[in-house]
Amino acid sequence: MGRFHRHDDSGHGHGHGHGHGHDSDEAHDHHHDELGDHHHDELGDHSGYETGADRIVVLERIFDENDRRAAENRKLLDDAGVLTINLMSSPGAGKTTVLERTLGAFAAPERVGIIEGDIETSIDADRLKAAGARVSLLNTADGFGGECHLDAPMVADALKRLDLADLDLLFVENVGNLVCPAEFDVGAHRSVMVYAITEGEEKPLKYPVMFRAVDVVLVNKLDLLPHLDFDLGLFRANLVQVNPGVEVIELSARTGEGLGSWTEWLTAARTAPLASGA
Amino acid sequence: MHELSLCRSIHQVVAEAAADRTVAAVHLKVGKLRQVVPGTLTYCWGLVTVDGPLAGSELVVESVPVVGTCRACGRDTEVEQVLMLVCVHCGDAPLDLVSGEEFLITTIDLDDPAPAGRRTAS
Repeated sequence: MGRFHRHDDSGHGHGHGHGHGHDSDEAHDHHHDELGDHHHDELGDHSGYETGADRIVVLERIFDENDRRAAENRKLLDDAGVLTINLMSSPGAGKTTVLERTLGAFAAPERVGIIEGDIETSIDADRLKAAGARVSLLNTADGFGGECHLDAPMVADALKRLDLADLDLLFVENVGNLVCPAEFDVGAHRSVMVYAITEGEEKPLKYPVMFRAVDVVLVNKLDLLPHLDFDLGLFRANLVQVNPGVEVIELSARTGEGLGSWTEWLTAARTAPLASGA
Repeated sequence: MHELSLCRSIHQVVAEAAADRTVAAVHLKVGKLRQVVPGTLTYCWGLVTVDGPLAGSELVVESVPVVGTCRACGRDTEVEQVLMLVCVHCGDAPLDLVSGEEFLITTIDLDDPAPAGRRTAS
């Protein structure tokens, strides 16, 4: 047992933002036992494998550093009383239009902040500024190596450019991508994805990690339903398979249909204690 | 897609743990629900270690299957291919996942013997 035997006792880490793993102590214990048993086996298998070789047991989660920074972000947002939502989707599903419409429904859009993650350009940020929000732009190609997602340190950087005292609500508009953003906790209280019905019913089965990671799926572009062969029932059945407890809100950001259910959800989330969603 | 940035994180942890000793191999456990391509990960490992203190070290990735425990009957189901969280024994759902989301560095193999008092694994 040395200084590197850090058997995650930080109480967070694995499963953060993935919709499980915090539900009970039992699940947590099970995970630890499994790890413990396995590394003993592994050491046994390889003993004497190479003369003079030494082996350090590390057991360090690769996302620990990100999760630690995410917890710092969340603490900052908790203290400021700013409900923060990580908004994710594939490119073109309608995140920015949903946000524009959402801002339009607020009496004081200047009390809404948006951290805008885009690989290049400020096109989306400009649209949201025009709609009245306070925007902190993160071009992920600008010093961040063109990342496919936002991570907690990037969001920490963007938070420095927002005056949290002026905000009631903050959206982190993630990079359009159904894979990577699901892996990185950014410190938001809730995760929401925008899914467009033009994407096909099978997407929850193809991108289960994303669909499992969210609290709410906004089913967008509902106005196109008469023009598509889209089966809403099949989509919902696929979604429930990967995320049984998820909330589904059908809307059209273009026509405004269903937007009321979404703003009601936001209002309810804003009045609930922030820490419970962490 | 983000294998390169993951390799940078792994590099940081391993370089600190190895403390200037020569690393032969780094062992990872990666759950199958982690959206990581093992081949890409090992390729990126070559990129982030080149010319550095961990140059020439091998990244060994162990895949961990996705397993869920049935809330109704308590038995485990290994979930393959499509993620359907349904118990194979009693047909009930949902399952509580017990493995498949791991992403951790388990051990590091060193080439040179440990200095006295520094041996950490027994």
